[in-house]
Amino acid sequence: MAEYSAFSLLRNALSGNRDWKPAWRKPSPKASYDVVIIGGGGHGLSTAYYLAKEHGITNVAVLEKGYLGSGNVGRNTTAVRSNYLLPQNTRFYEHSMKMWENLSHELNYNVMFSQRGVLNLAHTPGQLDDLARKGNAMRHLGVDAELMTPAQIGRRVPGLDMSQSARFPVYGGLIQESAGTARHDAVAWGYARGADRRGVDIIENCEVTGFLRDGDRVTGVTTSRGEIRARKVAVAVAGSTGRVMQLAGIERMPIESHVLQAFVSESLKPFLDTVVTFGMGHFYVGQSDKGGLIYGGDLDGYNSYAQRGSLPIVEEVMSEMLALFPSLATVRVLRSWGGVCDMSMDGSPIITTGPLPGMYLNCGWCYGGFKATPASGFCFAHTIARDAPHDLNAPFTLDRFSRGTVIDDKGQGPTPRMH
Amino acid sequence: MLITCPYCGPRDVSEFAYQGDGNRNRPDPASTDLVAWNAYVYDRLNPAGAHNEIWQHAGGCRAHLAVVRDTLTHEILSVRFAREKGAPAHGRRKSGAKA
Repeated sequence: MAEYSAFSLLRNALSGNRDWKPAWRKPSPKASYDVVIIGGGGHGLSTAYYLAKEHGITNVAVLEKGYLGSGNVGRNTTAVRSNYLLPQNTRFYEHSMKMWENLSHELNYNVMFSQRGVLNLAHTPGQLDDLARKGNAMRHLGVDAELMTPAQIGRRVPGLDMSQSARFPVYGGLIQESAGTARHDAVAWGYARGADRRGVDIIENCEVTGFLRDGDRVTGVTTSRGEIRARKVAVAVAGSTGRVMQLAGIERMPIESHVLQAFVSESLKPFLDTVVTFGMGHFYVGQSDKGGLIYGGDLDGYNSYAQRGSLPIVEEVMSEMLALFPSLATVRVLRSWGGVCDMSMDGSPIITTGPLPGMYLNCGWCYGGFKATPASGFCFAHTIARDAPHDLNAPFTLDRFSRGTVIDDKGQGPTPRMH
Repeated sequence: MLITCPYCGPRDVSEFAYQGDGNRNRPDPASTDLVAWNAYVYDRLNPAGAHNEIWQHAGGCRAHLAVVRDTLTHEILSVRFAREKGAPAHGRRKSGAKA
């Protein structure tokens, strides 16, 4: 039975909104669970949800160090897309896209998924050739992609500087019309409520301080709220992967943590009804339903666990925005923030059993984890429940680096800050 | 963030190019030890706290520097030339190499 409906809104409005149930309980941790998931972000919560829904495993705890949604799920720039070159990535992210399309209905929670398109701009003939290649690779796997001429782009994005005197004149672009944006907080809250209603304990302000071991096997965790035993321990901690794995005695991982900044402008009238990315730098911008422009650019470029960025990148992002949209020069920045990204060595994620017996690992999302939230949870839950990966995440192993089966979409090599 | 180049003095971070993790140990080029090469290429210490790293003063004297920096606060704890004895092996010159 749907908790949120026009009828329930009306009924609760008439009773002064005093009868709403909290979206999730605040349980104390039990002594043991079948599955403990470390990390109450988007991926941890969706994993718990699909464990309960798809596999009937409800004796599950999600441990969150801070409050729910305080990490990257509440800090990203909300874009959802599946425009990848390599089939392993395209299949996985397109599966995620299909899940996004039904997610509000599935969760009975409006995640405000809006398929407004993501447009990648090209500024040189070479870039356009490259986008055409990517578009063909996407279409080959059933994902929509269309090349656009400058005239079409000018009509689609009226604010864009299409003149030949632009710093980097627009030469063309590739659009994925089915891509778009979603309300990131609602995704966390929707999954949290869905998991909670199926019996999952979501335990906030509970920091994992160590792992319980029986020989090699992981048998639980020690936390700031006591010991919790578990048959299976799943790690989904994004930027904190290095720290948490060190608690398990694994000193080195194919991961570097980097900080990525994002910005929101003051609210404007409707200005941009798609997401645009710049080809001559690293910049992307969309407009929220509230009117603020949400935009960002490159990583700060050096290892960081600080959830804040430095000024050179602020300057770079602003100048890139003005290279595309000179009319935004007088628009004020409302706020900016930084999130810690788990940059993997090939730019692709890791969803796998291990590396220790009793442990399951989900990491390496670089700065693209938000759009993966449904499929990541779906695949990770499958991996945990069956002790074997789903077809979709079978390529995303931890040992692919030593086996020479890396999935390097950009062909960038093992320099994480370049992915 | 200011990095104090031992040659040029304190300079803005935008003058420097980040060369990455200084904790990696490059195996002997003649080595065929796959495990050691794999660890060198792909595995990172990635600490939250003091981190050995290599920077190049690309917009200045072009020296390679061994920097210890706190990844939680961005505080620079020490800077020295990467070629010096005791600097992380990844940035160190081979003995006998020309200056």
